[in-house]
Amino acid sequence: MEHGESDIEALLEIRNLHAGIGDTQILKGIDLSIAPGEIHAIMGRNGSGKTTAANIIMGHPDFEVEEGEVLLSGENLLELEPWERAREGVFLSFQYPQAVPGLQVGNFLRKSVASIRGKEAAKGADFRGELNEAMDTLDIPRSFLSRYVNDGFSGGEKKRFEILQLLLLKPKLAILDETDSGLDIDGIKTVAAGINAAVRGTDSAALIITHYSRILEHVQPDKIHVLIGGQIVATGGPELAMQLEERGYEWLDPKAEAEGIA
Amino acid sequence: MPANQVAQEAVGDYKAGWHDPENSSIRFDFGLSEQVVREISAIKEEPQWMTDIRVKAFHHFMERPMPTWGSTELLNSIKFDEICYFLRSGEGTENDWDDVPEAIRNTFDKLGIPEAEQKWLSGVTAQYESEAVYHSIREDLEKQGVIFLDMDSGLREHEDIVKKYFCSIIPYQDNKFSALNTAVWSGGSFIYVPKGVHVEMPVQAYFRINAKNMGQFERTLIIADEGSSIHYVEGCTAPTYSTDSLHSAVVELIAMPGAYIRYTTIQNWSNNVYNLVTKRGIAHENSTIEWVDGNIGSKLTMKYPAVILKGEGSHAEVISVAYAGEGMHQDAGAKVHHLASNTTSKILSKSITKNGGRGSYRGLVSVSKKAENCKVNVVCDALILDEQSRSDTYPTMEIKNPSCRCEHEASVSKVSDDQLFYLMSRGHSEDEALAMIVNGFFEPFVRELPMEYAVELNQLMALEMEGSIG
Repeated sequence: MEHGESDIEALLEIRNLHAGIGDTQILKGIDLSIAPGEIHAIMGRNGSGKTTAANIIMGHPDFEVEEGEVLLSGENLLELEPWERAREGVFLSFQYPQAVPGLQVGNFLRKSVASIRGKEAAKGADFRGELNEAMDTLDIPRSFLSRYVNDGFSGGEKKRFEILQLLLLKPKLAILDETDSGLDIDGIKTVAAGINAAVRGTDSAALIITHYSRILEHVQPDKIHVLIGGQIVATGGPELAMQLEERGYEWLDPKAEAEGIA
Repeated sequence: MPANQVAQEAVGDYKAGWHDPENSSIRFDFGLSEQVVREISAIKEEPQWMTDIRVKAFHHFMERPMPTWGSTELLNSIKFDEICYFLRSGEGTENDWDDVPEAIRNTFDKLGIPEAEQKWLSGVTAQYESEAVYHSIREDLEKQGVIFLDMDSGLREHEDIVKKYFCSIIPYQDNKFSALNTAVWSGGSFIYVPKGVHVEMPVQAYFRINAKNMGQFERTLIIADEGSSIHYVEGCTAPTYSTDSLHSAVVELIAMPGAYIRYTTIQNWSNNVYNLVTKRGIAHENSTIEWVDGNIGSKLTMKYPAVILKGEGSHAEVISVAYAGEGMHQDAGAKVHHLASNTTSKILSKSITKNGGRGSYRGLVSVSKKAENCKVNVVCDALILDEQSRSDTYPTMEIKNPSCRCEHEASVSKVSDDQLFYLMSRGHSEDEALAMIVNGFFEPFVRELPMEYAVELNQLMALEMEGSIG
């Protein structure tokens, strides 16, 4: 299934992205295009550059872009501050969400919705209804709202809280960095339901970063990209995930091939 | 940079930094002498015993050396001869805002006091320089026998009570600044809550210094009789000047058996004010004294609210926050003395330092030999926002009874880039993200405040965090 380059404007367009941290180059020329309504997955082993890619799209100040472009609906994201990107509709579900002791979940959600979707969206009964619905989808009890952001949360609670934010912030592009890691099968199903609710039937898109195929059984990505050594070495449909599950990553690793391991 | 320019810039950040033209009816020359002390007493037409104690306290102050701890450098730079020890601005204490001189009334309007009074307070005292200019209490409380007066009126109208308790918890010999306060005190609050009366809404005192090189020495005495309760709230601000002012208060609390006193302070003096305050309460059987103490402003604060747990089953809480920015030193803490069995205490201290500010926690908890089964819990947390700032902890525990259960925790933390990035990725600018972290850090304190104060404190800290990074 090939999209003609011109007939649908990409929601996210990454062109020839070279980036790294300090003197270390991590991403070595990435090209990626995601259309509205699509779910893509990036798979790869630890250290392949997956999290770097997520951080660069969101604008983490520690990473430097050496070359290339990242466009959201044609607009250059690289010139924007992280909070401006968030307001433009980029969302990152963190692999390691940070704790903010003393900042109440309910208060934080309201402020974030106000900041990203506007003050009106964070007011009154409508917001309350939306919040309750999202919490029900994710099986989160009401008492959660008075806890402090990620403070003393279990691994599973942290991931559910990321998805709760995804549902409430309604981004155009959701990047989910290892949101499935550390979750049991019920947790994965719940998180997958959240992702589907946020993207399916909308013009939003999602980029799922993972090294297991389990979550992909529940979200059905349109495309899967394999990242090895900072480059995308293969792109395919859901069948690619099955192949990776069976064969691992070696057969796709250009270095391993060169060395005759595969 | 010329001095007035420095002052101008500081006013930009500090919202209460304006000043009114000075319009005094009595103003003493700068400097302190026995004559000054006697004149203050004479103007107020005080009984002889009060004049005598003032004079004794004055001599003690002169002889007593400066403390050799805290910030000795700043303490020794106080110019006692360049301070005005008494300044009367109004014509007296009014009970209708319309009768308060317009300039002064405008100041309290800007500070939101009359508005707060209508919405959520049982009574208000507003002190401007040395004396209260406004005072009121809700009629129903007055009918129940609650006395809430400025201290000068308290002495005139209830001399017997004042004489009994004045200097009973904090003798003038306690320290150099309690001696100074006793010598030149003026204003402050006098409160008596009769047996079994619960004052549901807080009473508030607001202290404003307006003049340059001013000394404000209010004296507060609160007596909560058996089974009664009261929540007293005080706020303070001053204009920003390039020369220093001195605020040195003494506060004595008496909680009779079963009584409850909460004393909340939000101190936001401009950063040219020395704030050297002695606060102590005595808790009789099964009573509770709580100090909720916020130190956001001043040049140097040295203040360690104390509770003497004298009666069995009594309880003390000291919850405090301190913020020290550029040119500020907050040396604050708590003292609790467990003299009786089954007494409990809880100390929570949180400090934030920024731009070279310095924060110190100085605490003392003692448990006497005879006091069985006491519980002590002390938690000190410091958040340091940059490399130039400093935070120190000086905890002292003197536990002489082995049955005491004692817990002490201390932590020092910094704001991490990952924490900021997480919040920024949710649409919050760098300043907003930092304010969220800082307000979260103060939250265990803020949730103890009346809502109106909580909102104000959060806004104040957000303002302090603007332009902090980058």
